[in-house]
Amino acid sequence: MTSKTIALKQTAMALDSSRIAPAVAALMVGAFLLLGAGFAHSNTIHNAAHDARHAFAFPCH
Amino acid sequence: MFRIIFAVALLAGFVSGAGISLVQEITTTPLILHAEEFEQASAAPHHFETATFKLVDGTATHAGASAEAWAPENGLQRFFYTALANIVMGVGFALLLVASYVIDGSRINGRRGVVWGMAGFAIFTLSPSLGLAPEVPGSLVAELTARQGWWLAAAASTALGLWLMVFRSGWMFAVAGLVIIALPHLIGAPHPQQIGGPVPAELAGQFAAASLVTAAIFWAMLGWLSGTIYQRMAADG
Repeated sequence: MTSKTIALKQTAMALDSSRIAPAVAALMVGAFLLLGAGFAHSNTIHNAAHDARHAFAFPCH
Repeated sequence: MFRIIFAVALLAGFVSGAGISLVQEITTTPLILHAEEFEQASAAPHHFETATFKLVDGTATHAGASAEAWAPENGLQRFFYTALANIVMGVGFALLLVASYVIDGSRINGRRGVVWGMAGFAIFTLSPSLGLAPEVPGSLVAELTARQGWWLAAAASTALGLWLMVFRSGWMFAVAGLVIIALPHLIGAPHPQQIGGPVPAELAGQFAAASLVTAAIFWAMLGWLSGTIYQRMAADG
């Protein structure tokens, strides 16, 4: 393995971690929004999101 | 990368959520309003309420809370809050979708986005709906937390199963994927001990179909938009 291929591999790995961290953050924010709008038991949130929850086939009261 | 993911998800989620709100006005919302007429007319609140099942959105379950709980007024206000909820959920689903594009790392465009969107449809609509059919207001259902837990388990197992089947090669992964997808359905979704309720079965059936079709439109739209916008933004930098 030449030093050039090693350098390339390292760049690829660095790219990888720079992709994975923001992707995981996006997954977490996305799950938070969905649980809030679709699953939260708060009466106010439930009543506001009522028709959307039913339309998306989320379980509702 | 951070900026790209969130910009794509916000834009695609906002447009899809706003767009599906208009579609729902024709497909699901009229059925919800119609079902609520039966639900309110039949208001024999305590007849349906037991420890094991409740009336969906019934006066029985809301009787105590309705005195102080706020709810949007029918008409424009109700549409506004429904659209707001659709947009929040649209952005949420879009974040999951775009994060998947980034983790997968292969080339994305509008067409490939639609394929990813169909996976989202299978995970978040088809699989949970097989056990817990989309509920029209007034259906008799099992306890809420149990249904939510099963719903999430069905979605998660379908996501994992599809991932094994699509991204791993070898028949063993395909078989394992199928088993994992089937597992929550073999265990069975929580159902009420008694079925029936004030809303006619025809209306409930119509609502289930309308809700599935509406979700399919949403996922196709979200997949195409997120794929197209991601391709442009990733190219720009």
